[in-house]
Amino acid sequence: MKGKPAVNVSSSKRRRPMAAGVLLLLALVSTGAAYAVTTSALSAKSSSAANAANADNARQGKLLFTEGCSSCHGLAAQGGSNGPSLVGVGAAAVDFQVGTGRMPMAAAGVQARRKPPVYTQAEIDKLAAYVASLGPGPSVPKASQYDFSDANVAAGGEIYRLNCSQCHNYAGKGGALSDGKVAPQLMDASPKQIYEAMITGPQSMPVFSDRQIPAKNKQEIIAYINYLQSAPDPGGSALGRLGPVTETVFLFTVAIGALVAFAIWIGSKAR
Amino acid sequence: MSDTTHGDTGHGHEVEPITYTQSDERGRILLGLDEHRSRRTDTSQRAAKRAERQIAGMFTFAAICFVAAIAAYLLVPKHDIVWVPVLGNVSASNLSLGGLIGLGTLLIGVGAIQWARALMPDEEVIQERHELRGSDEAREDTIEQFRRGAQESGFMSRPIIRRSLLGAMALFPLPIAFLLGDLGTAPDDKLRHTAWGNKPRTRILNQGSGQMVRPEDLAVGGLINAIPVGLTELEEQEGSQNARAKAAIILVRMNPDEIKSTQGPNWDYEGIVAYSKICTHVGCPISLYQQRTHSLLCPCHQSTFDLSDSGRAVFGPAARHMPQLQLDVDSEGYLVAVGDFAEPVGPSFWERG
Repeated sequence: MKGKPAVNVSSSKRRRPMAAGVLLLLALVSTGAAYAVTTSALSAKSSSAANAANADNARQGKLLFTEGCSSCHGLAAQGGSNGPSLVGVGAAAVDFQVGTGRMPMAAAGVQARRKPPVYTQAEIDKLAAYVASLGPGPSVPKASQYDFSDANVAAGGEIYRLNCSQCHNYAGKGGALSDGKVAPQLMDASPKQIYEAMITGPQSMPVFSDRQIPAKNKQEIIAYINYLQSAPDPGGSALGRLGPVTETVFLFTVAIGALVAFAIWIGSKAR
Repeated sequence: MSDTTHGDTGHGHEVEPITYTQSDERGRILLGLDEHRSRRTDTSQRAAKRAERQIAGMFTFAAICFVAAIAAYLLVPKHDIVWVPVLGNVSASNLSLGGLIGLGTLLIGVGAIQWARALMPDEEVIQERHELRGSDEAREDTIEQFRRGAQESGFMSRPIIRRSLLGAMALFPLPIAFLLGDLGTAPDDKLRHTAWGNKPRTRILNQGSGQMVRPEDLAVGGLINAIPVGLTELEEQEGSQNARAKAAIILVRMNPDEIKSTQGPNWDYEGIVAYSKICTHVGCPISLYQQRTHSLLCPCHQSTFDLSDSGRAVFGPAARHMPQLQLDVDSEGYLVAVGDFAEPVGPSFWERG
């Protein structure tokens, strides 16, 4: 090329590659900043359960719902042949079912089982906000409601035995219901989940609202279940705390087997 | 060795018993026994001494276990929990005491058995078996003695004594029969009524909280275990819990359109139904309620009752439906039972009809 072009003639050429780079950088930075700002704002919102019914949350929850839940529960959560209506079940039900991993169900069946949750707590809060917006229902309990630090464990045991042990077993080890359904064992349940289960009555479990069992009594029940989760077995192996079932198996195999072995030995001829 | 042949039985001859001495070969063959095998401790002095040492060792170790158990009782803290493989978190005191005392006792037993097996003589001994039938002479003697005794007592020759004795013996069991008959009062018609019938429109008490139940206390899908108001006073009065065993009910709430039928027209109150808790099979109290299928499942024999359909038995050995209570609300808004059950609660009994 003859001679150098003037600065202002080729300035656009020279600035274009740089400008593109700068623009790209600006776009990336601003997108990243916007993302960081909105997610921190969202997590700040979802960490307080009282704000779960926030309209923004509900809108994002609807998107999550449409993606992961509507195939069984219907696009408007009205229910269908594969899943019941979620109108009026409340945020607590969503927090419980999705938080324990029961929902989304692994496969259609008579009972949804606990498994590792698929959604993060933030996503669960959004789903809960959406379902709560469909109709009034039990809301997620506040930490003060399931705080059992002052609760009387013995009183909790009495209420537990009256209301809970017929399905969940005296030591919270679960039990069988009809038609292949089960009352699950309670050894993995957190205090919030126990509270939510009582107020929402998941699957076959009856509803124990705060008018039937006041919050104070619920705290006592939670204290008792918490005790069961860590209680030792002073008398020896509890064989799963399942009572006569496992104990009988043990007796008829190990214990009677040992007695039979001794009897054979006593009657045998010494060599 | 005496070696006599059988006497001819049944002809009054004296039968001489056959005697065998130990290890008599002919006796062994006659009885079908195998050849005698010696144990190691019979043939080897060293083996016998070793067995002796082992047995003595077991007894000694048992003694040590007992002393250790005393030490464990004094030294192991009562409330300590230890983790042990297989058993889990157990009480250290329980484990040490039980283990040591048990082991000591076991060793005494095992030592004793081993002593008998390994060291005590194990020769087979053949035992005599006499004829069971007594000799004719002995039989005649016995009959004669009995006859003489009867005659000397004068039982047959003194009829007044005989008849009065028989009369006394005949009346002997009668007082006992009367006393036994008083063991319990007949239930009369107690089985047909429960405490719900004591007063019309009895209020219902939540058994857990002790509060009277209002309809708004019970959410749809909820259950309350309930008893009639005044039951605890009645129990103190009667000195027993028989009233509670009949009057315990379960209150559940469902959507009114889910109720297929009730035992009487409008016996539910806005979806709340009250049924007896006492299974109609053998009488276990039922608390297990499955909210979605509205079924009450008895844990004893798995009788299942559909509470949305008049408590009909849908599974299990129960032959009859669960009795229902008619519900209403009184002027202050408390839930009341209008009257008693329409039939006896609980399992069948002969006069139930």
